[in-house]
Amino acid sequence: MAAVHGDVHDHGHGDHHPTGIMRWVTTTNHKDIGSMYLWFSLTMFFTGGFLALGIRAELFQPGIQILEPELFNSFTTLHGLIMVFGAIMPAFVGFANWQVPLMVGAPDMAFARMNNWSFWLLIPAALLLVTSFFVPGGAAAGGWTFYPPLSTQGGLGVDMMIFAIHILGASSIMGSINIITTILNMRAPGMTLMKMPLFVWTWLITAYLLVLVMPVLAGVVTMLLTDRHFGTSFFNAAGGGDPVMFQHIFWFFGHPEVYIMILPAFGIVSEIIPTFSRKPLFGYSSMVYATASIAILSCIVWAHHMFTAGMPAVGQLFFMYATMLIAVPTGVKVFNWTATMWKGAMTFETPMLFAIGFIFLFVIGGFSGVICAIVPIDIQVQDTYYVIAHFHYVLVSGALFSLFGGVYYWLPKWTGHMYDEKLGKLHFWLSMIFFNLTFFVQHFLGLAGMPRRIPDYALQFADFNMISSIGAFGFGTTQLLFVYIVIKCIRSKEKAPEKPWDGATTLEWTHLPTPAPYHSFENPPVVK
Amino acid sequence: MRSKSVVARVGVAALALYSSMAIGSKYNFQEPQSVIAKDVYDQHIMLMWICLAIFIAVFGVMFYSILKHRKSVGHKAANFHHSTTVEIIWTVIPIIILVAMALPATKTVIEMKDTSSPDMTIKATGYQWMWGYDYLQGEGEGISFYSKLSTPKAQLDGREPKGENYLLEVDNHVVVPVGKKVRVILTANDVIHAWWVPALGVKQDAVPGFIRDSWFTADKPGIYRGQCAELCGKDHGYMPIVVEVLDEDAYSEWAAEKLASMKDSVNLAVAETEAVEAAEQDSENN
Repeated sequence: MAAVHGDVHDHGHGDHHPTGIMRWVTTTNHKDIGSMYLWFSLTMFFTGGFLALGIRAELFQPGIQILEPELFNSFTTLHGLIMVFGAIMPAFVGFANWQVPLMVGAPDMAFARMNNWSFWLLIPAALLLVTSFFVPGGAAAGGWTFYPPLSTQGGLGVDMMIFAIHILGASSIMGSINIITTILNMRAPGMTLMKMPLFVWTWLITAYLLVLVMPVLAGVVTMLLTDRHFGTSFFNAAGGGDPVMFQHIFWFFGHPEVYIMILPAFGIVSEIIPTFSRKPLFGYSSMVYATASIAILSCIVWAHHMFTAGMPAVGQLFFMYATMLIAVPTGVKVFNWTATMWKGAMTFETPMLFAIGFIFLFVIGGFSGVICAIVPIDIQVQDTYYVIAHFHYVLVSGALFSLFGGVYYWLPKWTGHMYDEKLGKLHFWLSMIFFNLTFFVQHFLGLAGMPRRIPDYALQFADFNMISSIGAFGFGTTQLLFVYIVIKCIRSKEKAPEKPWDGATTLEWTHLPTPAPYHSFENPPVVK
Repeated sequence: MRSKSVVARVGVAALALYSSMAIGSKYNFQEPQSVIAKDVYDQHIMLMWICLAIFIAVFGVMFYSILKHRKSVGHKAANFHHSTTVEIIWTVIPIIILVAMALPATKTVIEMKDTSSPDMTIKATGYQWMWGYDYLQGEGEGISFYSKLSTPKAQLDGREPKGENYLLEVDNHVVVPVGKKVRVILTANDVIHAWWVPALGVKQDAVPGFIRDSWFTADKPGIYRGQCAELCGKDHGYMPIVVEVLDEDAYSEWAAEKLASMKDSVNLAVAETEAVEAAEQDSENN
């Protein structure tokens, strides 16, 4: 590590880094890069949110009012891509950048320069996605899953999307290798693998998943690119290819991707719950094993996204059983969190509220997940609003709520200031209400037969769509409050207490001052 | 504290409102009209009850804990952190529940896949953006037509009030006899579409260059409406499916009439095909 740090470790003389914009362009500091990831993902969250509100505004009542069908399809497509690749994933990488070194007692990430590069790659990718709206033919409109042959039909926007995915994939792979190397090689003396905080464990497993599946995604978009421009026929039946093969390869990436977005969320919640219950995490090792089993199972369930694509009964049954099996380790996690809270001495600051909200709503998403695993039922609800409701329960009230919880939990450590507790709680309750208003009704829309990805709908769906749109606008507006809270916290003059959470036991709270100094753990702590 | 309990009550009231609207109304699955759809409906209800029971058990414990084991009521934290027995129990019980869920589902999957010995076979072809139907076998063999959205453009734009079957009406219904096993063969001409009629329990992707199949037997005469369920481009929302189930005599009459009128309108059909081909060429050129 000496090679990486060298002379910047001169403590008494402050930090030798450029100022102004160059500080951020050239930085190799994990805290700077972590912050940039988080700000980037917040920006993309609002971009994707804007698209979501466009969708909900169009669906507010039947008929075409705002978005013509083609543009509507671009909105849904880019909403999905931006939220998945631009908002949720980079946010978790931002958390990993900030927290992994602090929680394992390392001075920085293992590959500090690569860390810089993997962040800055995000910017051109995001620009490609956003500016594709303004090129001839418009942005990609084939859904975030971009199934061919539909995606072979699109214009320049589709190529920009493919290129953006390539870049984002490269960024993710570099980020993951960095995280794996940091965790495996830079832990403080005495911190064995089974003593690592659960957040670190979940990220280790997530990073392996990323390294496994991102190349698969890169492969499949490349095949799509050559089908589009270089005369190949991987997915074109007329040339001997098979459109359904795309779906198999895509979902071999896509399903682990779902867990890439939820495992670190499990990690954050597993840090918050014990802290505010003032009690050690129940069943630490079974939590680790459950995370690993979820990751392994996630690689053999991909075709449950394709039950209507046509596959033999044996195939459907295998993927149904494998999918249902995931409910077991997931259940173990929920029971462990409950047992952690049991007989604790709980307090309910904002991070804890988001963590409990996470469990409550994630379980609803888990139930609808089991229902979707049952082939005959899935065939009815596939590609309907039921599925939309299901994956927003796991991605918004799952991944996003855990991110909010994590931000409130670590803001004092990051900024040295306390956020406004009253406003934080308000943010939670408003998010909770509007989220359910938006998405709970979508279960009913799906059951009653409303397909997803349609700009206009039959009249019997009108009332619930209106409720859902009102909820969405409420939810979107509420998130402005979050920005206000964060900025207010950063600008606050008041210093946060050294250890605002008396139940916290991880290294960043026990061994570092608040705020964490620019360079931390130059001498590794000893973990007993 | 008071504001919190108000918020909680509003939340509970809202959930109760949704739930009561869901029970016994159009917000559940559509009323099933075939054996498979009935199986799906019943299994879904069964799963809902199981999920509800687990939900109440888990969150009953959690909310009890939230109420009683809080610092503000002076509860002191215990320090236990694992128990192998409990962990084995809560791994095994879910497995048993899942097996109970999987058994009836497995039976239905095998039934759904059994497209053998149908009374009649219809080929449905997905186009951007309409369906084409060819009656391949059984009574009515040789019937062939396209089926397009018939909702007037003025209703879409809001220049006219929207009709009762807004976006769920077509010019030519797929007509089938009641109580007969109808095998539907699916393919597509351009991109992937999906043929979905919720009340009959059928949804199957139509993949260009490949053949898929599915089946249904309608229990009762009536008109059952569905939509394309796979994003297929700009007008994905505008290619509904309408299946009209007639009793046997009425069906024979319809089939005979249709066959006769098809002979008369061969020329018209040729013209229509040409128009479709021209449209395709157009879209390719674009």
